Amino acid sequence: MSNNCNNSKLSILTKGFFKENPTLILVLGCCPTLAVTTSVTNALGMGAATTFVLLMSNIIISALKNVIPDKVRIPSYIVIIATFVSMIDLLIQGFLPSLSASLGVFIPLIVVNCIVLGRAEAFANKNTVFDSMLDGLGMGIGFTIALTLIGGIREILGSGSFLGYQFIPSEYNMLIFVLAPGAFIVFGFVMAAVRYFVNKSEEKKKHKAA
Amino acid sequence: MTAKKEASIWRLVIVLTSIALIAGLALTGVYALTKDPIEKGQQEKKDKALQAVLPEYQGTVVDTVIVDADNEEIPVHLAIGENGELCGAGIETYTKKAFSGRFDLMVGFDAEGTIVNTEVLKANETPGLGDNINKNKSDFALQFNHQNPADFQLVVKKDGGDVDAITAATISSRAYCDAVQRAYDIFMKIKEDYHE
Repeated sequence: MSNNCNNSKLSILTKGFFKENPTLILVLGCCPTLAVTTSVTNALGMGAATTFVLLMSNIIISALKNVIPDKVRIPSYIVIIATFVSMIDLLIQGFLPSLSASLGVFIPLIVVNCIVLGRAEAFANKNTVFDSMLDGLGMGIGFTIALTLIGGIREILGSGSFLGYQFIPSEYNMLIFVLAPGAFIVFGFVMAAVRYFVNKSEEKKKHKAA
Repeated sequence: MTAKKEASIWRLVIVLTSIALIAGLALTGVYALTKDPIEKGQQEKKDKALQAVLPEYQGTVVDTVIVDADNEEIPVHLAIGENGELCGAGIETYTKKAFSGRFDLMVGFDAEGTIVNTEVLKANETPGLGDNINKNKSDFALQFNHQNPADFQLVVKKDGGDVDAITAATISSRAYCDAVQRAYDIFMKIKEDYHE
């Protein structure tokens, strides 16, 4: 019994990684996905910032779920989310100025990232604080995985570098992958690949069960 | 789970107000905590740019702000020598003709109006094309150093000037010239006013 319980807790955390990946399976939060994935560093920074906001807002919202009346839940969630976004924005500006130079405009936009409000509505206002914490962390990590995958491919093909370390001379770079059309192309291919592998592993599980 | 009771209007007001209040207080705390590092970071960035455009200068620097014809505020850092003479200036200029709309440069001049160095402060040009205005990407910006705009036409060669444009980024190159020219005009005006 206890083993079963642990399993379900673990699955709350891990379902966000691939099975219910917010970006690649649920296709939420595409604006930051397409805009900041020009390099791995940007993708990791954005992923970490969003994970922090998701984690904190999920915790607070699930703790307050019985206090907040249904009628004003959306404005309340927005205030809570916006507070954490402003906090992380100020902290990044203060202590990581180089990251804020490259992510500057996109950090405040986490407020309207569908993933954050989506998890608040779909999970945090129905579940316990601990479960919501796991859910926020898992979804945040899933978002970071998706951004890093896309960012890595775009940086390697478009700038010939990885984490800023150049290994393909700039004459051979495919510029289109740094620009917006490249973002859509890579996004599509990564989404297709992840869906293929997720479906395959699901089928295997069903097969075993049968 | 039982359905929640219909909440009264007062409950709504009280809950939302207290959430906003707590959020405001929390933000005040973080703001107070990060205010100094943010200001310090911006000052450091400016100092670094000024150091890059006027490397040999050691005296006092006077900061002023000039308002140009388009109502843009242009911060100017005047380098003043021991006897109060004008030794040069770092001017935070801008252009609105860039490919992405606008970028900001710092341009340093010596007393004669010769360009000492230029530095990109804030730009959002296309990666791989327009962002070659950055010195770590190409040598484009270096050709301005040690040139006096009095006998160096700040216009790309395609338009009959002296500046080698970046391949496939003529608009960004023209914009760079526009920004440097603006800085030069401001510097010459300051120089004239200073002599009086």
